[in-house]
Amino acid sequence: MLKTFKTGGVHPPENKITEKQAIKVLPVPAIVYIPFSQHLGAPAKVLVAKGDKVKAGQLIAKGEAFISANIHSSVSGKVQKIDEVIETSGYRKPSVIIEVEGDVWDESIDRSDRISKDIILSQKEIIKRINEMGVVGLGGATFPSHVKLMVPEGKKAELLIINGVECEPYLTSDHRLMLEKGEEILVGTQILMIALGVSKAMIGIENNKPDAIAHLTELAKNFNGIQVHGLKVKYPQGAEKQLIKALVNREVPSGKLPIEVGAVVHNAGTSFAVYEAVQKNKPLFERVVTITGKSVKNPGNFLVRIGTPVSDLIAASGGLPEDTGKIIGGGPMMGKALVSPEVPIVKGTSGILIMNREESGRQELKNCIRCGKCITVCPMGLEPWLLEKLVINENFEKAEAEKIVDCMECGSCHYTCPSKRPLLDYIRFGKGKVLQIIRTRNK
Amino acid sequence: MNVELIYSVATLGLIGSVSAVILYFVAQKFKVIEDPRIDQVQEVLPSANCGGCGFAGCRAFAEALVMQGGEKGNLDGLKCPVGGNDVMAQVAGILGLTVEQQDPVIAVVRCNGSFANSPKKVIFEGATSCVFAHNLFAGEGGCPYGCLGLGDCVKVCNFDAIDIDKATGLPVVNEKCVACGACVTACPRKIIELRPKGKKDRRIFVSCVNQEKGGPAKKNCAVACIGCGKCVKVCAFDAITLLNNLAYIDPLKCRLCRKCAPECPTGAIHELNFPQKKETLATEINKTGSRNEALTEKVSEPAMTPDSKSGNNNGGISNET
Repeated sequence: MLKTFKTGGVHPPENKITEKQAIKVLPVPAIVYIPFSQHLGAPAKVLVAKGDKVKAGQLIAKGEAFISANIHSSVSGKVQKIDEVIETSGYRKPSVIIEVEGDVWDESIDRSDRISKDIILSQKEIIKRINEMGVVGLGGATFPSHVKLMVPEGKKAELLIINGVECEPYLTSDHRLMLEKGEEILVGTQILMIALGVSKAMIGIENNKPDAIAHLTELAKNFNGIQVHGLKVKYPQGAEKQLIKALVNREVPSGKLPIEVGAVVHNAGTSFAVYEAVQKNKPLFERVVTITGKSVKNPGNFLVRIGTPVSDLIAASGGLPEDTGKIIGGGPMMGKALVSPEVPIVKGTSGILIMNREESGRQELKNCIRCGKCITVCPMGLEPWLLEKLVINENFEKAEAEKIVDCMECGSCHYTCPSKRPLLDYIRFGKGKVLQIIRTRNK
Repeated sequence: MNVELIYSVATLGLIGSVSAVILYFVAQKFKVIEDPRIDQVQEVLPSANCGGCGFAGCRAFAEALVMQGGEKGNLDGLKCPVGGNDVMAQVAGILGLTVEQQDPVIAVVRCNGSFANSPKKVIFEGATSCVFAHNLFAGEGGCPYGCLGLGDCVKVCNFDAIDIDKATGLPVVNEKCVACGACVTACPRKIIELRPKGKKDRRIFVSCVNQEKGGPAKKNCAVACIGCGKCVKVCAFDAITLLNNLAYIDPLKCRLCRKCAPECPTGAIHELNFPQKKETLATEINKTGSRNEALTEKVSEPAMTPDSKSGNNNGGISNET
């Protein structure tokens, strides 16, 4: 009997078109747009000026706040200007625009293919290095990784969980990474274990990736304390709380972090980035991005420099299909439609999904028939239909009592609703409002 | 006679009289002394309970009026936007005070990013709420400051005074507006402003709130304020200020001389309800609500009247192209 979480969950069609496509390296683009805010928390502070020459891997913006992350140049070239560049939402955000000249990397980066397994740094040095290298959670939430590794006082980490679930349909970037860079991920896991001071790590992978499970199980035999677990396929298993529930059957209390139950969760991609940061001294300036979609000519997995315009990636996959309805940054469940293909790829972009017109449009809206399907599928045990009503009526007090802030916006309710209610739209709006009210109250 | 009947009548009578005595003393003890003028003032107020005065409904406003009237001896700063000067004069009469006449104000929508001026680049299908859309993305036309056209202002209006024009996708304020300010608070982009109605309803304002630099602003919308400052230079009364690439006309300083509107290269300055000035292009923008329409009219006009002010026409067109 395979493990999974109990409450809720849905089974959207997997559509993992690109799972057999090996990771290809996308050529360095002619120009990159690197936003200062690619992570949760405060934007990084810029260190370069117009006309400066930079190398790939050079620090260009420093994250000074506690929750912030460093930003490095992903290419070598000249800083064309520091300007506001359109991002996913259509709003303009301050970014560095770099004109590419050649491909010179910072000398301190080890570019050899050799896998270095010996971890020489101490716990504190590892956390410091991860902070310096600007590693953030690559699953999509982009929470600065070093913050997650600093266990708050009074709490004790017992277990590290590596998230190789990749429950979003279509996306295969973590899957390919686990197959091709398995050993590196395991070394990265060991580094994270040292940083946290734990002796046990679990890697959770859904069993629609049997090759990855087999590969990592085989490799893990050489590593102490790392176990690989296959999990039953169910969305949203890749969410922290659901993954902890599935693997060790512990429930993270409402409004608390996973450390409350002694677990820390990191993504498999983050683990690889940690390996590169600590063992190879390489800052996080490129990542694996899946470009996929039913009408895409050559879907695949690409190693892309941060700041590359999405249009470059689309060109590499055979151009924009004619029947394109939506370009989504991320997966179909939690991803966000892009306003323009000119937006840059950032640290949190795990995939680019091109949906055709037929798939992408919303269906006709009908009234709620009180079928309760949204309640059955909500992995957090909330009542989405009720939250929607409360938000429409602006009853935020009641919405807070109904735990609207526990919603992790997985979209299962929205996906399953037979009346096609925009449940998540309203819940997301209400959640923001309630969080704002809570912040004002605590001031 | 039945004894039980007598007993019950006597008991009930006794309970009744004792309760009456208790109630009398309780009523004396907890008596609320209220100024009878509050009721009188409330009678006069329009009972719209819109909150436009800044108080929670007409009763609260009546209390505030009587209180302040008693304390300060004047009613400065208090105003019922629905009733206007008439109602305030009546209130002042009841309280035996004088009240200063205030200019009536009206809600003004400061965005002209219609479908024609700011063509749709993306399609939004989510929840029909401006606040939600504002948090999510910049807008269908791409302008991060412009009207989202999802009608939060229409939803909050109690007076049926604002409506979305289907042809332009922009809200239009009609004469029912009482300037309660509900739409001003509801708009997440602070597009709607309360401005003096002006003599004969004549108003001049910059119909744009975009604070981007000229280039990006113009890219998304043909009639955006690009912050060029031409209007500031031409204004003789220092009524126009330029802040964050955006011109703002102070309605208290503006004398409605109409010099600024023809200067604006994008047609962002709107003149409302002025008699038509034949030679200016800007008047026609107001008439038609869209610069593009105004232009097409203008282009066809010289053919019919070739001698009349053709120089100005060409000037207007060359500005656009």
